[in-house]
Amino acid sequence: MAPGFKTAEPLEYHRSFLKENCRPDGRELGEFRTTTLNIGSISTANGSALVKIGNTTVICGIKGELTCPPSDAPNKGYIVPNVDLPPLCSSRFRPGPPSEQAQVASQFIADVIDSSNVIQKEDLCIEKGKLSWVLYCDIICLDYDGNLLDTCVVALLAALKNARLPEVTINKETDLAEVNTDKLHHLNVSKHPVSSSFSIFDNTIVIVDPTVEEETLSTAMMTVVTDEDDRLCMLHKPGGSALSGEKLQDCISRAVTRHREVSKLIEKVMDSFEPDK
Amino acid sequence: MRDGPNTHVGSMMDVAVSPVLALRKFGCEQSLLSRPDGSSSFVQGDTSVLAGVYGPAEVKISKEIYDRATLEVMIQPKVGLSGVRERAQEHCVRQTCEAALLSTLHPRSSLSLILQIIHDDGSLLSCCLNAACMALMDAGLPMSCLFCGVTCAIEQDGHIVTDPTSQQEKESRALMTFAIDSAERRVMMSSTRGSFSVNELQQCVALSQRASEEIFQFYRDSVRRRYSKTL
Repeated sequence: MAPGFKTAEPLEYHRSFLKENCRPDGRELGEFRTTTLNIGSISTANGSALVKIGNTTVICGIKGELTCPPSDAPNKGYIVPNVDLPPLCSSRFRPGPPSEQAQVASQFIADVIDSSNVIQKEDLCIEKGKLSWVLYCDIICLDYDGNLLDTCVVALLAALKNARLPEVTINKETDLAEVNTDKLHHLNVSKHPVSSSFSIFDNTIVIVDPTVEEETLSTAMMTVVTDEDDRLCMLHKPGGSALSGEKLQDCISRAVTRHREVSKLIEKVMDSFEPDK
Repeated sequence: MRDGPNTHVGSMMDVAVSPVLALRKFGCEQSLLSRPDGSSSFVQGDTSVLAGVYGPAEVKISKEIYDRATLEVMIQPKVGLSGVRERAQEHCVRQTCEAALLSTLHPRSSLSLILQIIHDDGSLLSCCLNAACMALMDAGLPMSCLFCGVTCAIEQDGHIVTDPTSQQEKESRALMTFAIDSAERRVMMSSTRGSFSVNELQQCVALSQRASEEIFQFYRDSVRRRYSKTL
């Protein structure tokens, strides 16, 4: 295909591939890009994970700090996610306050954590009403090539599974917290949410895992988050062209299959990980 | 709503209660603000949202799009400054409005939609969507279809409630808001909280499509009453 055609008429260029049921990079309509995962790379963080889906690269770091529990829920801790899209990852993001896309992604991750109960907030409480953990989950995109939300969710899940927090006890006499960094415990990850993103072309064709060019040309985007019991944690479709019931059902089935693929990958990586003392 | 001396027509409708589908009392007023090109106030039970639309107007060169209008949505909460949560809601409302508006008829122009939350007693996002649609209609902006917002809550015992109050939302195990289009009754926008099964999702979508019939009928009655008085 002449490179001039791609620049001059990007929509027609993509349409000509979709007519043959494939995409410019050779993928099928329902095929995800290669997903790679690396955990424990940030030694100063309690847990970390680096995920690449195709070219989209996201790193998640988890830091635990101590604080007082919220007054309306004295037996719970906090999980505070933040998604950062620095100018490094793409020329569309300028330096300055977080863009709308970064804020939407942060809210999405916060909703996924709440809806899926990936970590029970009660587990983060050390002493009711006095001391609890706050987990700061910083998710930074290093390379933006579409499908940010899926990559962020995998990075978050892997980092939470990798995270180890020191044991904290409260000294009865001084009433101060004592942190024992020699004894590290893994977090209790009760659910494993995995997300799958779809983009809708010309109001009819649904493709999985869009690249950044496909995202800009699409008429709607949708993200489905499933957990291991095949329950939906999130159906995020922020407007755009409407979707019929059968297409919606197809997307959910594809999301369930994707969940199994990603769970296997995470398990394989967690088993092969050897923490250095 | 009262009929004042300026004949601001509003209409109230007590929606018929069927065994599963129960919506709160709706109220709507259009053209209630003098400065915006279009404005509306939408009330669902105790939840009330005021919407104002300015446009098509001049656009900043940095924001202009060569072949379509640039839509900006601002959601102002009742208390405090707008934060990350409002940003996510604005994103949903904006994408829904852009899909319904024929923005290619106004290239290099700006459309501003401002939603002010007057009171939040549950189903806030769907009330915002309804107010937005009525305001866009009032401004006379060309649209390919109308849209309405419906919220469903799944209670702990599996019972599905449409148009829940704040209390019902807090006690629910899942909450879903859908935007349904008037042309083919399909789902344009979906925003969910909590976990649910695929079956529950399909039931909620079907229920929302039934509820959208009532809401679109309310739109029609509301606009008919308003224009029958002026003609």
